[in-house]
Amino acid sequence: MSEQKLFSFRNSWFSASVGITAAIAVLSALVGLIWLPLAQPDLKLAGIWDAICSAAGVPRAPVSAPAQQPDFKASNVVMSADMLARKDAVSIGRGATLAQRCAICHGPQGVSDANSPNLAGQFAEVTYKELHDFKMGARVNVVMSPFAANMSDQDMKDVAAYYAYLPRVPSNKVDERIPAPPIVVTGAPMRNIPPCGSCHGDIDYKAGSPWLGGQSAVYIKAQLHAFASGARRNDISQQMRNIARQMTAEEIDQAARYYEAQP
Amino acid sequence: MLTNKRLILAHFWLAFAAFGAALVLGAWQMFVRSPLNAWHFNPEFYYRSVTAHGTVMGYVFPTLIAMGFGYAISEAALERPLIGRRWAWTGFFLVAVGAVLAMIPVSLGLASVLYTFYPPMVGNPFYYIGVVLVVVGSWIWVALMPINMAAWKRSNPDKPVPLAMFANVAGAYLWGWTAVGAALELIFQILPVALGLKSTIDAGLARVFFSWTLHAIVYFWLIPTYIAYYTIFPRAIGGRLYSDAMGRIAFILFVVVAMPIGVHHLFADPQVGAGFKFMHSVFTGLVALPTLLTVFTICASAEIASRLRGGRGAFGWIKALPWQNPIMLATALSLVMLGFGGAGGLINMSYQLDASIHNTQWITGHFHLIFGGAIVIMYFAIAYDLWPHLTGRALESLGMMRTQLWLWFIGMIVTTFPWHYVGILGMPRRMAFYDYLNPAVAPQAFSVVMSAIGGFILLSSGILFLTVLLRGQFAVRSEAGAYRFAIPVHMPARIPVALNSFGLWLALMVGLTLVNYGFPIAQLLALPQGNVPVVYVGAGR
Repeated sequence: MSEQKLFSFRNSWFSASVGITAAIAVLSALVGLIWLPLAQPDLKLAGIWDAICSAAGVPRAPVSAPAQQPDFKASNVVMSADMLARKDAVSIGRGATLAQRCAICHGPQGVSDANSPNLAGQFAEVTYKELHDFKMGARVNVVMSPFAANMSDQDMKDVAAYYAYLPRVPSNKVDERIPAPPIVVTGAPMRNIPPCGSCHGDIDYKAGSPWLGGQSAVYIKAQLHAFASGARRNDISQQMRNIARQMTAEEIDQAARYYEAQP
Repeated sequence: MLTNKRLILAHFWLAFAAFGAALVLGAWQMFVRSPLNAWHFNPEFYYRSVTAHGTVMGYVFPTLIAMGFGYAISEAALERPLIGRRWAWTGFFLVAVGAVLAMIPVSLGLASVLYTFYPPMVGNPFYYIGVVLVVVGSWIWVALMPINMAAWKRSNPDKPVPLAMFANVAGAYLWGWTAVGAALELIFQILPVALGLKSTIDAGLARVFFSWTLHAIVYFWLIPTYIAYYTIFPRAIGGRLYSDAMGRIAFILFVVVAMPIGVHHLFADPQVGAGFKFMHSVFTGLVALPTLLTVFTICASAEIASRLRGGRGAFGWIKALPWQNPIMLATALSLVMLGFGGAGGLINMSYQLDASIHNTQWITGHFHLIFGGAIVIMYFAIAYDLWPHLTGRALESLGMMRTQLWLWFIGMIVTTFPWHYVGILGMPRRMAFYDYLNPAVAPQAFSVVMSAIGGFILLSSGILFLTVLLRGQFAVRSEAGAYRFAIPVHMPARIPVALNSFGLWLALMVGLTLVNYGFPIAQLLALPQGNVPVVYVGAGR
């Protein structure tokens, strides 16, 4: 085509396009990074450099005042991906031996009618987290806390692995005729309550949420009320407290009875 | 002179087959989340469906159209067989295999992460690998188009590159560069996590990378439509293109300013500074420029055609246009939808106005109107125009074509206008369930029902479209002649080297990307505490 050199300021296309593009970029940078931030008194900027850093999104140094600590012990269990990994046979075997002391309430096969949770087939990370919270005092129970107090981290992992290894046994209260209540299937979006089933099974399962099918209604109900009143607060980021506080007594009742009747 | 008809047809058929399937999912989604459906389904199915619909409509369908149409342009405009035929087939199979590979985990519910990926949600690795294969397949096309243009330029040193090919290469370069953002996100951030090598991810950085792709991808979808405006429409209505240079400038502007603007998708994100949001907003405003140039040029071309046919008066010429011609109809309807969609887009790109509609159904309405409406209706027109040349059989059902186009237009308006409206009322997007019995939500119910009806109109139009193409495949043979593009009023004999090559524009594109994205990305990369634990979708069941 043309013999004219493209990348040369003698080429008017080159000089005009580069000039206009650069001008727009510089102008928008001046307005966006200097003028607009300085025009906002709320930002309390110290000068031009401060304005540029603020508008560019450079994080400010955190306030030096110490963070306010809660007046109770919070759970410090971190749910990580490797918790979902299968445990080895040695761990399960050790867990089986250790679990003999749990049998009086949780049943020799991890299932009992004592209104304590049925642990057979429960996700390992769930059992582990609760044991850990009992040990650290994030969750308190007159029966469970002393049991957990002397367990080592490996003991808790082994017991959790053992119960996860046991098959889920259908409870003797299974009743397929009980329809899933709305709170389980759809939650209550306007009250910020997600469906129970979106974390606890039926719809989806999220790491750290217990499987609720076949659990005692008395137990589920007691825990929901404990979450609602704040008596129990080992849920990470207040997930369950925020939900339980918004639930009506009737909804708590329905959810508890529904899950008890599930396999 | 189309020599690789099977290659081009394969792209179009796979594109439209995928489109048909995803359209059914779309209509189903409109229905299940509307008050017409009593709540009795698993919401996970909704997200599964949205992921499949978005992945197919966003990545597979338009990419295949751009590739197939691109090969057709390369052969017809340059009047020589495609260089790299085997590579082109390889690209096609990569896209096809990638699409199937991605859809398997999605159908199984293992990757309901929506087509925008949304880290820290992470799904099955095969979903992402499938998407990467689609992109890699399309990059073969990205490489082939400039290679073909360069070879033509070597043997025709004194001629300007035909506008259709110039625009086609612009689209290829634009896609080549804009896909880099999502590719970086997928390869360096998401796949290591999906494969279990890492368990944390910097979700903020991932969103910045994705915004690099997410906005300019729209212009990649748009390029075939604009090529059809400039190079098919004037010829199809028996006129001439008003200005060849204006076309080149419009495509060049897309190459330069379409990319460094994606942060306007992150106006509500805390990890990008307000100053950079402003800069991206300014450049987003500039993208209106090539569209305004195009609307002017295309309307002027239509007026030329009409006056040649005897159209008179200030507005009387509009009546004399060949409205029976499906290409005329499609272009006019497309421009109407482009106008409404563009006006909505100006609201999305302004920092303050965006706040009232950010993440609401307005956004979904907006991109369906622009992409599903203005852009896809021209994909139909391209197929109608090209089909007789590809199959060697005439498309005879003109009435059916017009009905199809009208149905698509009406369906799209009925779907998207109420959709915008409920967005203004504050209805959030990407939710499977709305409690229409709630007094605060109840006023939205009527509009959502209207949208769902529009969805079914669109579905019927889609079925009609596939019927027209299928009938064309079995019609009597007739020779369509050589495929031609529109001739400008003044055929340029010599044009400035800047309007005939891409070096300068690619330099500006990359330079602007560095200016607008360099600091936000570098800063997030340097931030030590940016990572969060991932949430595996569909894990542990």
